[in-house]
Amino acid sequence: MPISDWFKAREGRRYTVTSTGTTELPEGVWVKCPSCKHTLYQGDLVRGLFVCHYCGHHMEVTAPDRVLSLADEGTFEETEPGLTSVDPLGFRGDKPYAESLRLAREKTGLSEAVVTGRALLGGHPVVLAVMDFRFIGASMGSAVGEKIARAFALALSERRAMVAVTASGGARMQEGMLSLMQMAKTAAAAERFTRAGLPYVTVLTNPTYGGVTASFPVLADVIFAEPGAMVGFAGPALVEQTTKQALPKDFQTAESLVRHGMIDAVVPRQELAETVARVLDYLSEPGVPESAAGATCSVASPGVRGGE
Amino acid sequence: MVRHVMEFERPLVELEDQLAELKRLDVIAQPELAAEIASLEAEVEMLREALYSALSPWERVQVARHPDRPKTQDYVAALFTDVVELRGDRTFGDDEAIFAGLATLDGVKCMVLGHRKGKNTKENIRRNFGSPHPEGFRKARRAMLLAEKFQLPVVSFLDTAGAYPGIEAEERGQSWAIAENLATLSALRTPVVVVGIGEGGSGGALAIGFGDRLIMLENAYYSVISPEMCAMILYKDPARAAEVASSLKLTAEDLVRLRIADEMVAEPLGGAHRDPAVVYQGVGEAVLRALEELRAQDIDEVVSARSERLSRTGMFVEGE
Repeated sequence: MPISDWFKAREGRRYTVTSTGTTELPEGVWVKCPSCKHTLYQGDLVRGLFVCHYCGHHMEVTAPDRVLSLADEGTFEETEPGLTSVDPLGFRGDKPYAESLRLAREKTGLSEAVVTGRALLGGHPVVLAVMDFRFIGASMGSAVGEKIARAFALALSERRAMVAVTASGGARMQEGMLSLMQMAKTAAAAERFTRAGLPYVTVLTNPTYGGVTASFPVLADVIFAEPGAMVGFAGPALVEQTTKQALPKDFQTAESLVRHGMIDAVVPRQELAETVARVLDYLSEPGVPESAAGATCSVASPGVRGGE
Repeated sequence: MVRHVMEFERPLVELEDQLAELKRLDVIAQPELAAEIASLEAEVEMLREALYSALSPWERVQVARHPDRPKTQDYVAALFTDVVELRGDRTFGDDEAIFAGLATLDGVKCMVLGHRKGKNTKENIRRNFGSPHPEGFRKARRAMLLAEKFQLPVVSFLDTAGAYPGIEAEERGQSWAIAENLATLSALRTPVVVVGIGEGGSGGALAIGFGDRLIMLENAYYSVISPEMCAMILYKDPARAAEVASSLKLTAEDLVRLRIADEMVAEPLGGAHRDPAVVYQGVGEAVLRALEELRAQDIDEVVSARSERLSRTGMFVEGE
């Protein structure tokens, strides 16, 4: 089902009191927390934004659920819903790439590994870009890169804030160098956006790795991560194997990233919307009426550098 | 020095050794040897031609990694004059896996960047086999900004297996350092010419590896992931790297076809290490030509063309 229908089906419902749960699990299923092994009732889990109420473990969230948890009710309007990958290299792997794409679309109901759109967040006009790990590990190929770049361009042209929520295994190897170049393309889009003096907030969620971490997400003005999220360039197994050293206990966790000065804070999922909104309260452009979603602003903002 | 023999050239090397053996014998005393030598020479020549003129992608990856292959420092020494090396990221340290320096190419003052592999074990340990830490990328970024400030074109040589996957590299923000370079390069207000001379390993290569022109040596590769690691992920079997190397479309020829690279510089039969002088000349001419074209343009045009080049990279469908 295209995501537009998915949202239609959920219209008028508050995300915190959904009655049917996620697309993944039917109502009434008991779920075992992968961290503390407590058995949780699916309904409670949905109400608690997929955070275990025994141990606080943050479970994977689909992009549509994430959008509902961040956007002000009923304000999300998806952009580029049909933009999707092709198999440019005729890549043969354990299964043909075209087949992986078909399966991912079927499983998720999404056309690609990132969902983008306009929304209000705490009253602020934003463009949201949310990655969905179920779609080939939310790896970034041409389509993901293009959607991210267009999201920045849209936010720039409508002078909205940009809010990115990441989760990814890295660049999508089935598209070879075309995927690697998406790192440069999305970083360029982020740079252009940021130089226009507009606010950009990233939320890193579990797991965010490789070519995705090392491109647009970490270029944000303010970077948050969810508790326990694993974030890095090289995966821990590769680091361990290369260095033949025991990894520090909290290696690459959100908590250690704060300690090493790489991100601003670890923010529990229940507080994310409010926290991002508070940042935007400070970083919003002067002169943009906060309620005017979609309104363009005629006040030019000075560039960061001269001569441009 | 021990000669490095690549797996696929073993039959040729065996013949070459036999030939050398024969030539050591006394030809005057045994005139019938001369005919034998001549016929073996012809055979060696034929085999060499057959072996090297149609290298598979995986074989090219091996040539790209050949220990005797010319390195960044060789290109700097062969092509540039008046070199002033710049060291340190001004924050943490100096990463010898990356070279940065002011240098002159045929009268054109440039900023040269490059991954720097060592020539021997001792050098390689100091230079971490050409795999940078964040401070290497940050040194490169410092050099890029300096180049912009003084309108020096950037010439960047790629030769790395990838950014170093180490504990401290991660803790000091490997991803942050790479991303900042991508952002900086994307908007740098001076021409950027990139030359793939050996390995182009993923994000660690890209961090100094895109700009206004990408010139690839015939046997250099540039890839989103190493064939071995890709084979591990797909098949849990690094031995299937050869077939994966074909799928990844990582050769110079592939990248020209995909319009990621602009041109390919030919190598002598068997690889650049067989006759480096020819390759230095080819690279020097290609870089000068690119610099000439770019320097003739207004910098606003150059930067916006770079932007467009990035924007159109990728293949997808709009759907619905």
